[in-house]
Amino acid sequence: MSAISITTSPPVAEPVATQPLPAQTAARPALQAADSVEARSPTLGERIAPAAGKVVRALVAMISGMGLLLAIWWAVSSRIDMFPGPVVTWHAAVELLSDPFYSNGPNDMGIGWNVLYSLGRVGVGFGLAALVGIPLGFVVGRFKFMNMATEPVIGLLRPVSPLAWLPIGLLVFQEANLAAIWVIFICSIWPMIMNTAAGVRSVPQDYLNVARVLNLSEWKIVTRILFPAVLPNILTGVRLAIGTAWLVIVAAEMLTGGVGIGFWVWDEWNNLKVEHIIIAIFIIGIVGLILEQALMLVARRFSYESR
Amino acid sequence: MTKKIVQIENVGQSFDTKKGPYVALREINLDIREGESIALIGHSGCGKSTLLNLIAGLTLPSSGVMLCDGREIAGPGPERAVVFQNHSLLPWLTCFDNVYLAVERVFGAREGKARLRERTHAALDLVGLSHAENKHPHEISGGMKQRVGIARALSMQPRILLMDEPFGALDALTRANLQDELMKILAATKATMVMVTHDVDEAVLLSDRVIMLTNGPAATIGEILEVDIERPRDRLALAHDAHFGECRAAIMEFLYNKQLKRAA
Ligand SMILES: Nc1ncnc2c1ncn2[C@@H]1O[C@H](COP(=O)(O)OP(=O)(O)OP(=O)(O)O)[C@@H](O)[C@H]1O
Ligand SMILES: [Mg+2]
Repeated sequence: MSAISITTSPPVAEPVATQPLPAQTAARPALQAADSVEARSPTLGERIAPAAGKVVRALVAMISGMGLLLAIWWAVSSRIDMFPGPVVTWHAAVELLSDPFYSNGPNDMGIGWNVLYSLGRVGVGFGLAALVGIPLGFVVGRFKFMNMATEPVIGLLRPVSPLAWLPIGLLVFQEANLAAIWVIFICSIWPMIMNTAAGVRSVPQDYLNVARVLNLSEWKIVTRILFPAVLPNILTGVRLAIGTAWLVIVAAEMLTGGVGIGFWVWDEWNNLKVEHIIIAIFIIGIVGLILEQALMLVARRFSYESR
Repeated sequence: MTKKIVQIENVGQSFDTKKGPYVALREINLDIREGESIALIGHSGCGKSTLLNLIAGLTLPSSGVMLCDGREIAGPGPERAVVFQNHSLLPWLTCFDNVYLAVERVFGAREGKARLRERTHAALDLVGLSHAENKHPHEISGGMKQRVGIARALSMQPRILLMDEPFGALDALTRANLQDELMKILAATKATMVMVTHDVDEAVLLSDRVIMLTNGPAATIGEILEVDIERPRDRLALAHDAHFGECRAAIMEFLYNKQLKRAA
């Protein structure tokens, strides 16, 4: 759908004047500038320069941000014993990542396995939360009574740190792995319920009037009207949830142990391999970034141009 | 022709607002005969959409009784199709699917998929939008959206067609074409129509009676004009028709003399 909306973005913006105006050419996307290379070669420089300038500026900004981070890291590491600097960490990372998927029994597995185990727990806990939370959100949003019934419960439970639920999970499931999944479930379910319900409540009355005139069945109302209308809200909830889940899993695994990036960090701390902890921080950050971006892509795929 | 399909008895409508209740309509009395075409005309904000929504059953009256076929109107239904003032297409469905949703609801139980698709194509063809079937609402113009809304309502073959300024966003030529099509459809199906319009010519051309509403708040029916022109009506011939001119003059007189003076 998004592809279509690009093609319809009005060509009205095309400057009518034959003289190229710098302000307008600057606003033109780089791709279009490349297309018109042959037709308007005299203005090529004017066209590419501003676009290229933008890219260069973005790159410079990014590199200086990262550079600042490295500089602070380096400054801190040179003052504190045992705190590995960027170079030491880089060599450790090359070694660590050269064989991420080795396995010498459950207590000694490669970092790749640890990340995958954590992702697995997040996936299961988060998936279950979506399975329960999204339909629940629909019910809460659609029926006033359900909203009033659940509001105080959610209001009370939502601010509780998900880790506080860990002992309950251990007690009920008698198993560390399930307890960690349970914590992920709990922390993911609130944003899903709340965003879905808010979305259902804000579906424009116009759409519901169409449903009422057609006298659609509740099933058709949900699949043809509510679900598509609420999908952007659901995806917002999903994105918030996966962000929190990825934050929480590290902490939960530190407490539960087993294979997983959280416990791996804790283990490396016990071994005093601080450079590995720093590597883990980067990996956790990168995985979180990828999760977020992937969901953004999905969200964009499903967002419709309203009106 | 004499059977009453809709009866409106002493109906009033008020809305709860932050500044207390707002009385939009009061003491509306109107019987709509089966097969009749009615135009609702009045100044902006007087309550035309409100009255149309009441007949549709989208809102229930604060006082009075509304009957359809002798039974109280308790809610909307597909036998009373609505063309909404703001077209109300579902943005995630293509034009085809927007119409198909209605066709499927009305005929899905009795007819096969192929026939349903045929009906949908026919409805879109009628409003001249076959070429835009697979476009989404945000890809077409305001007038085209309005036409999809009309196709959706017509495709349902309703007994009562309720239209809220359906031709407002169209150019004169398209509008004239659709008005002619609409008259043909109404003649063929014997459906009843209630249309809200701002256009005096349109009101006279299309309807058997023009209902003129006074200005709000607390608007009511000011005058009812019987349009005594034989059908089928031909817009070119009517331009020289004396009665047509009288009807136009009567409505103009009401709108611009009586109502504007009252409002001032
Ligand atoms: N849900 C509502 N709540 C409060 N006031 C309302 C509501 N709906 C309509 N009104 C008020 O009732 C009056 C009549 O509104 P309505 O939409 O029926 O006017 P209209 O005749 O259709 O106008 P237009 O020609 O501009 O479409 C207006 O003053 C409007 O502000
Ligand atoms: Mg209106």
